[in-house]
Amino acid sequence: MTTVRIDAHRLHYTPLNQKIRAAIADGATEIIIDNVLGQRFIGDGVRGDGVTITVNGVPGGDLGMFMSGPTIIVNGNADHAPGNTMDKGKVIIYGSAGDAVAHSMRGGRVYVRDNIGYRGGIHMKQYMEKRPILVVGGSARAFLGEYMAGGLLIVLGLTGITPISERGVGSGIHGGEILVRGPVDGLHLGVGAKQTPATEEQKVMIKPIIEDFAKQFGLDPAPLLASDYTRISPASARPFANKYTWE
Amino acid sequence: MCGIIGVIDRNRQLMDGGKIRDSLAMMDERGSGEGAGYVAYGIYPDYKDYYALHVFFDNIRENKVPLDNLLEKWGTIVHDEQIKTYEQPNIRKVHTPWRYFFRPDRSLMPKSTTPDEDIVTHLVMKVNAEKNGALIFSSGKNLGVFKAAGWPEDVANFYRIEDYKGYLWLAHNRYPTNTSGWWGGAHPFNLLNWSVVHNGEITSYGTNRRYIESYGYKCTMYTDTEVVAYLVDLLVRKHGLSEKLAVRALAPPFWEEIDRMPPKEQELNRAIRLTYGPALMNGPFAICVANENALVGFTDRIKLRPLVSGESGDRLYISSEEAAIRRIDPDVENISMPKAGEPVIGRVYS
Repeated sequence: MTTVRIDAHRLHYTPLNQKIRAAIADGATEIIIDNVLGQRFIGDGVRGDGVTITVNGVPGGDLGMFMSGPTIIVNGNADHAPGNTMDKGKVIIYGSAGDAVAHSMRGGRVYVRDNIGYRGGIHMKQYMEKRPILVVGGSARAFLGEYMAGGLLIVLGLTGITPISERGVGSGIHGGEILVRGPVDGLHLGVGAKQTPATEEQKVMIKPIIEDFAKQFGLDPAPLLASDYTRISPASARPFANKYTWE
Repeated sequence: MCGIIGVIDRNRQLMDGGKIRDSLAMMDERGSGEGAGYVAYGIYPDYKDYYALHVFFDNIRENKVPLDNLLEKWGTIVHDEQIKTYEQPNIRKVHTPWRYFFRPDRSLMPKSTTPDEDIVTHLVMKVNAEKNGALIFSSGKNLGVFKAAGWPEDVANFYRIEDYKGYLWLAHNRYPTNTSGWWGGAHPFNLLNWSVVHNGEITSYGTNRRYIESYGYKCTMYTDTEVVAYLVDLLVRKHGLSEKLAVRALAPPFWEEIDRMPPKEQELNRAIRLTYGPALMNGPFAICVANENALVGFTDRIKLRPLVSGESGDRLYISSEEAAIRRIDPDVENISMPKAGEPVIGRVYS
């Protein structure tokens, strides 16, 4: 295993990403970036299974955008849209993240230990074997899963806050599913979303994901697996059919 | 997309502008080099009882004498001087910034209960609407706006912002989208002691503008943000609303949310929405508003622009990005994201 350390103090994201890409091209499997503060686009479009990029600090927006393969670990909070249109790999955030987490994500996993902002999982999609997953340890703000077209969102409510306490969850959802630990107030559902208690089969489906999340953050998975979940899914495949078209 | 940062020291300890510049410059990607600006409160202690008017002159020789005459007609110019600037390769000095310390003559507005403020507001509106080569872009006491068309660091260095020390700062990095960038269109926008920085766009600008102009304010800057400064002046200074209720009027809860409130709260929120319907701001925005006592940050009701707050001792920070706050204060605590439409407020202790 080859480790490369990069000091990002006052380094713009362009040279920073050049260094990351050069390190991967040279065969590095572990890249540790120190003193990250506000640099956007870290690890965007990088490829390479088995590469781990550790970000020490608070990165800027669009972390791991278009990324295909590597794992990014953030020791700090992330800004807007980590995992934006990510294709494959993992983004693991030891902290909270901003708005539009996992925006348009198409594959891989994003794990956020604490809370996320507004519009988490907006327009997430899936195709064939590509099924993106976002797991949030704490809570999510309004418009979670807005216009969601595929994939899976899980919100666990571990930070002592109600996992969902704001409006518009699944507004315009037409694919994929959202699983929330505990009950969800029907008032918070968006247009086009419906909720049902998660079945045993559905809980079995998320079991390995929860176990992996718990292992990642050193949590006991047992109470998470023993909990009841609410499943939010599309009420129809075309929630706005009557709004835009006439048939 | 724009970048904003605001900080208040609730114990009125002064901070120089150097770190504010570094913080704003970190968000260069949020701008396009067509406008940046800073406002600092507490910078003119020697002249704190006078209105500090900051003016852009197109041409000193032609435009200054008429303004001097106008100010002398309405009061006394206690002191005036050119605002020191330092040549920057990326800034074309198309205006000459000037400062006046001005004392209005109250006897000239005998019917007003707030004659000083009304005279200064009248002068700002009149001068800026006439467009005779002078633009008053800052008009409060013991505070000053410093702005220009350029990148955050260039504008800061143009004014040597680190030479100013204030207990409350706002800064803004502009990405003009609907109108072109120019010196007057850079933020912060200011009237009297109100200053505003804004990321986003106010799609209800037409309605808001008609409403505010019916009260005698004139919109002259070719951009939406100035209505926020005038709306806050109207709601808080003239109508006596608290900052919290003013934000409620500008970004009110949805009707269905009001329907679910307890009766008393329902009544209040209905009254605010009905009274201030034309002041409601639509569209994506994150805004910081300040006066000499407080810093207020809030977003639109469905949170289409980012806003993060953090605290450190007596200081409250509000910004578009957490990293920008950490650039000023790496040990900042209580980082949080204000709820959509709900203000985060920092107030001086006394």
